[in-house]
Amino acid sequence: MKVENKLFQNRYKVDTGHPHISIKDPNLCQNDCQTLACTVCCPAGCYTEEGNGKIVLITDGCLECGTCRIICSEFRNVDWEYPRGGYGILFKFG
Amino acid sequence: MAEKFDAIVVGAGPSGNAAAYTLAKAGLKVLQIERGEYPGSKNVQGAILYSDALERIIPDFRDDAPLERHIVEQQMWVLDDESYVGSTYRSADFNKPPYNRYTIIRAQFDKWFSKKVQDAGALLICETTVTDLLLDGNRVIGVQADREGGAIYADIVILADGVNSLLAKKAGFHPELDPKDVALAVKEIHFLPQETVQERFNISEDEGVVIEMVGKITKGMMGTGFLYTNKESITLGVGCMLSDFKYQKTTPYALLEQMKAHPAIKPLIAGGEMKEYAGHLIPEGGYKAIPKIYGDGWLMAGDAAMFVNAVHREGSNLAMTSGRLAAETVIALKLQGKPMNSANLSLYREKLDESFVMKDLKKYKEMPQILHKNPQFFTTYPELLNQAAHSMLTVDGVDKKTKEKEIRNNFIGKRSLFGLMGDAFKMWRAFE
Ligand SMILES: Cc1cc2nc3c(=O)[nH]c(=O)nc-3n(C[C@H](O)[C@H](O)[C@H](O)COP(=O)(O)OP(=O)(O)OC[C@H]3O[C@@H](n4cnc5c(N)ncnc54)[C@H](O)[C@@H]3O)c2cc1C
Ligand code: SF4
Ligand code: SF4
Repeated sequence: MKVENKLFQNRYKVDTGHPHISIKDPNLCQNDCQTLACTVCCPAGCYTEEGNGKIVLITDGCLECGTCRIICSEFRNVDWEYPRGGYGILFKFG
Repeated sequence: MAEKFDAIVVGAGPSGNAAAYTLAKAGLKVLQIERGEYPGSKNVQGAILYSDALERIIPDFRDDAPLERHIVEQQMWVLDDESYVGSTYRSADFNKPPYNRYTIIRAQFDKWFSKKVQDAGALLICETTVTDLLLDGNRVIGVQADREGGAIYADIVILADGVNSLLAKKAGFHPELDPKDVALAVKEIHFLPQETVQERFNISEDEGVVIEMVGKITKGMMGTGFLYTNKESITLGVGCMLSDFKYQKTTPYALLEQMKAHPAIKPLIAGGEMKEYAGHLIPEGGYKAIPKIYGDGWLMAGDAAMFVNAVHREGSNLAMTSGRLAAETVIALKLQGKPMNSANLSLYREKLDESFVMKDLKKYKEMPQILHKNPQFFTTYPELLNQAAHSMLTVDGVDKKTKEKEIRNNFIGKRSLFGLMGDAFKMWRAFE
């Protein structure tokens, strides 16, 4: 089962236009990062590599776990906040 | 100046609810702030509830708490790619009330607990994220919330904001978490008819089974898997340390898919309807990774304070107990008319040290390092154990003594005799 199909089962209230996570310096991802760990470790597949080392981040399916922030430990290149109150993932079961 | 409270509790998980409940019961004016739409909407657990910790807060919780099944059987599986070696402990004792452990569904449980907190007199506001602590020098005097007029003041702020605990980091109280101190767990819930759950696990109504797993399912990473029975659903998941996740190429969802496809696991969830996929961090750094847990005007409880016993998969009970002890500290100081400064709040640490929370964390304090440094516990051993079982149980004309010898040579071949003894010794010391 693909991750998109998994996320499809979840409830979200997306704060359109206000992503709560962003990459601080895209150049670091493209030129300096060896692991691209965020693209492997994000449990919602929010980070994808475009082929040329460019990282695209789409936070709509984010589970708000915090992995991407902690795993980017050499560069601290992830700006990470909680979504605004009430927005984001809404676990029905947890 | 805006309204002032005796205490503000950030978070409505088990630690925040335990704290807010205890404070409100003692008559303090309490404000609790939760960023989710409802308590539980951001929270993830296996989920096993340990009765004792909750009983000390709400003695009659069994009357109306949303409990799924009480646990009568615990299995431990060591998995290879196609097989597992397992142990089972089932006891009639576990079937005598009052039951010691239950499966729960966190979103429902947190809602229930929160209702008790509000009935006790605490004021809860949801859909509100605390964005910063308000400081006067180094002293916390309140919180800033993402609402209009969001500055709110209190004598003490209890940080029960979970594993990421951004607030203490922003205020400069804590550094960022180290990838070696946190595990990422992903899980799913699969719905099946109640009778099917009962048939598959050989249990009757209300009885439940817990399966804990180690071995090939984590692809050599330090981690574990689990499968728990609810009333009419099964939850299963797998978690590994971020420091290991970082340097390999399997995604968390691929790991979960591979686990679900294991020949021993697949039939247990066959035909189920998957209704949610969740991911969450677990603070597993243990005793040595516990950060600063109090300071002028603030206390910290639960996951935020690294209070998880990874060896026994306990977290919510440490969260509830630390939340309760944080509240009792505040109540004691309040009664004595003492200010909520760091020196006086050290009483919290004393209370924790006397409780199972610190005692257990201390007992296993070497465990995380040992496991980090010895990946064979997650790779070579599961494989060897399964091969040994396979060999002994296959009737093929080879005598048992020859087989034993082969198994022994196999173990020594993969890991020197000295290494094996050393591992046994390390494990013994860590559990001692
Ligand atoms: C997959 C998995 C399985 C587990 N299994 C078990 C188990 O079987 N048994 C067990 O005992 N433990 C288990 N645990 C551990 C257990 O879930 C945690 O230890 C427990 O939830 C910690 O409670 P807490 O109240 O400290 O934190 P949380 O439950 O995380 O609660 C924190 C709360 O604070 C809120 N919050 C955070 N920041 C803010 C902010 N800035 N403003 C407003 N609100 C905020 C969050 O929305 C959340 O509601 C498991 C954990 C995971 C991830
Ligand atoms: S791990 Fe950090 S630096 Fe590397 S690609 Fe991801 S965000 Fe960029
Ligand atoms: S917080 Fe977790 S789910 Fe969200 S983008 Fe980061 S790693 Fe992915």
